[in-house]
Amino acid sequence: MDKKQAYKKVAYYPGCALEGSGHGYNKSTKAVGKKLGLELEEVKNWNCCGAMEVKNIDPKIQTYLSARVMNIAANEMGHDVVMAPCNGCYHNLKKAEYDLAHDESSREVTDRLSSKAGHGTYEAGQIETIHALDWIKDGIGEDELRRRVKGGLKGLKVANYYGCMYTRPRHIFPEKDQGPGSESTSKPHFMDDLLAAAGAENVDFALKTACCGGAHTLSDKDTSTKLVVNILKAAEEAGAEVIATECPTCHAGLEMHQVRAEKEFGIKTNVKMMYFTQLLGVALGLSPRKVGIPENASDGRAALRARAIA
Amino acid sequence: MPIHEKNLIRPENLSTHENLVIDGVDVSGDWSTFIKPRVVTDYNEGLQDEIAALPGGEYIHRCWQCGSCTNSCTVNALDPDFNPRHWIYLIRMGFEDELVRDKDLIWQCVSCNKCTYACPRDVVPEGVMKATAHWLELKGYTEKSPSTIFDEEFSSQVFRTGKIEDGRVMMGFFRKTGQSLLQPWLVEFVKKMLTGLPLGWMMKMGWATVFHPRTKGWARARAAIEEYAHEKELEHLAAVRGGHPEARFDPAK
Repeated sequence: MDKKQAYKKVAYYPGCALEGSGHGYNKSTKAVGKKLGLELEEVKNWNCCGAMEVKNIDPKIQTYLSARVMNIAANEMGHDVVMAPCNGCYHNLKKAEYDLAHDESSREVTDRLSSKAGHGTYEAGQIETIHALDWIKDGIGEDELRRRVKGGLKGLKVANYYGCMYTRPRHIFPEKDQGPGSESTSKPHFMDDLLAAAGAENVDFALKTACCGGAHTLSDKDTSTKLVVNILKAAEEAGAEVIATECPTCHAGLEMHQVRAEKEFGIKTNVKMMYFTQLLGVALGLSPRKVGIPENASDGRAALRARAIA
Repeated sequence: MPIHEKNLIRPENLSTHENLVIDGVDVSGDWSTFIKPRVVTDYNEGLQDEIAALPGGEYIHRCWQCGSCTNSCTVNALDPDFNPRHWIYLIRMGFEDELVRDKDLIWQCVSCNKCTYACPRDVVPEGVMKATAHWLELKGYTEKSPSTIFDEEFSSQVFRTGKIEDGRVMMGFFRKTGQSLLQPWLVEFVKKMLTGLPLGWMMKMGWATVFHPRTKGWARARAAIEEYAHEKELEHLAAVRGGHPEARFDPAK
């Protein structure tokens, strides 16, 4: 089935972060989907994917956690596609898919835990996991987006920040690096493509896939602050008014350490963080409030007003 | 890009002479510094196997020391002493004492996976860093790192309820590491978070700290996960010679 058709209605796995600190991402993803006629059905009674932590206790528990979510979406709800906007969730579902296809002991542990927990197991290939970027890029496409944009982003200067988990390690993303039309793991561009179609001017930003220190955002604060300051400064030097994000951990990390850098080290930066779905929502004519922009710790409404967007 | 690893030669292993004549040739000046020869007898032959038995360390034997991991490393760019290639070398050679000298650095790996992306041999250096940090704790060389405390706080919430609530993880972590919740930057950040929030959302967030979000019917999954985690912890401890049982992860704590 062609992707445009397949992505019209998908299972939606928001994950824990989108119900907490990343609620602006949740709100804007739903609002943009509704506006574009893409339907979401939330995975019933989902659980945490294990984020970046459970794998350090045992990676196969993480595989089971992701497998349980995919089992519900595929086998209990009958979906062919599950969409996760959070890089952590997306990454873990992809990783579980890879491990279940290639590693016998991962399958054994998942089968054992599933049967003891009293639900069906998941087998590799039963569902396709996609990111919110794939969902809009392949489900709508730039041409249609360009047609639907009202007002648009009026040349707003944006640095697109993808982080780590969306592209690394390469082997869990077999559909990437497949030539024209596919995403690149070294120079990702799906977010750039969508925001350009919505009228933004993407700046030349070298740190697209640099690390924000998200895994240690609280446990090794100074390292995270240094990494975040590098990213914020590089974006500002490239002329960006806004950093577009597509991961709630990156987004919260950038916001948190922007504040910390100023408070603890006197390093002040002015660039604002917004989820790419918030920017798309505004471009499509939704109000900043409707897509949760005032709820971000780094409130970008002034940057939008300065260009008479929304 | 070349890797400058002069920092790996420790001062006590260098020998410098103001005036030096070797075989009748005066080599004073530029050629006066030497690395002392040494004989290592107290290596741990089982070191690589111990690391390989822990999650993430499985593929360490594949390493051919190209240095792509260190070259691509996020943390190495901030601190040249953070050197995955060197640690993998020490582990494979069984140089336990030398490895332990860097015990307070290894846990700082941020899991960005740049090394795993760059590695031509699928060593998964990120996993090796995690396994090594875990090993240092099991052996009793270090206290639990802040990273481990965070992982355990996070994981035990997932095991108990199926979900996490980020404010609760943060509070639990700060309590266990003895940090104040009133650090000025944090207060400032939380204020910024709260100002734009609609009232309904704030009520929902407040509600969540009283009635924790949970996955329905999770009790059996919890029992299955905790049973498996316990088995694995015992296996890991058995694989590490001289391991400390109190360094195990106990989700009930």
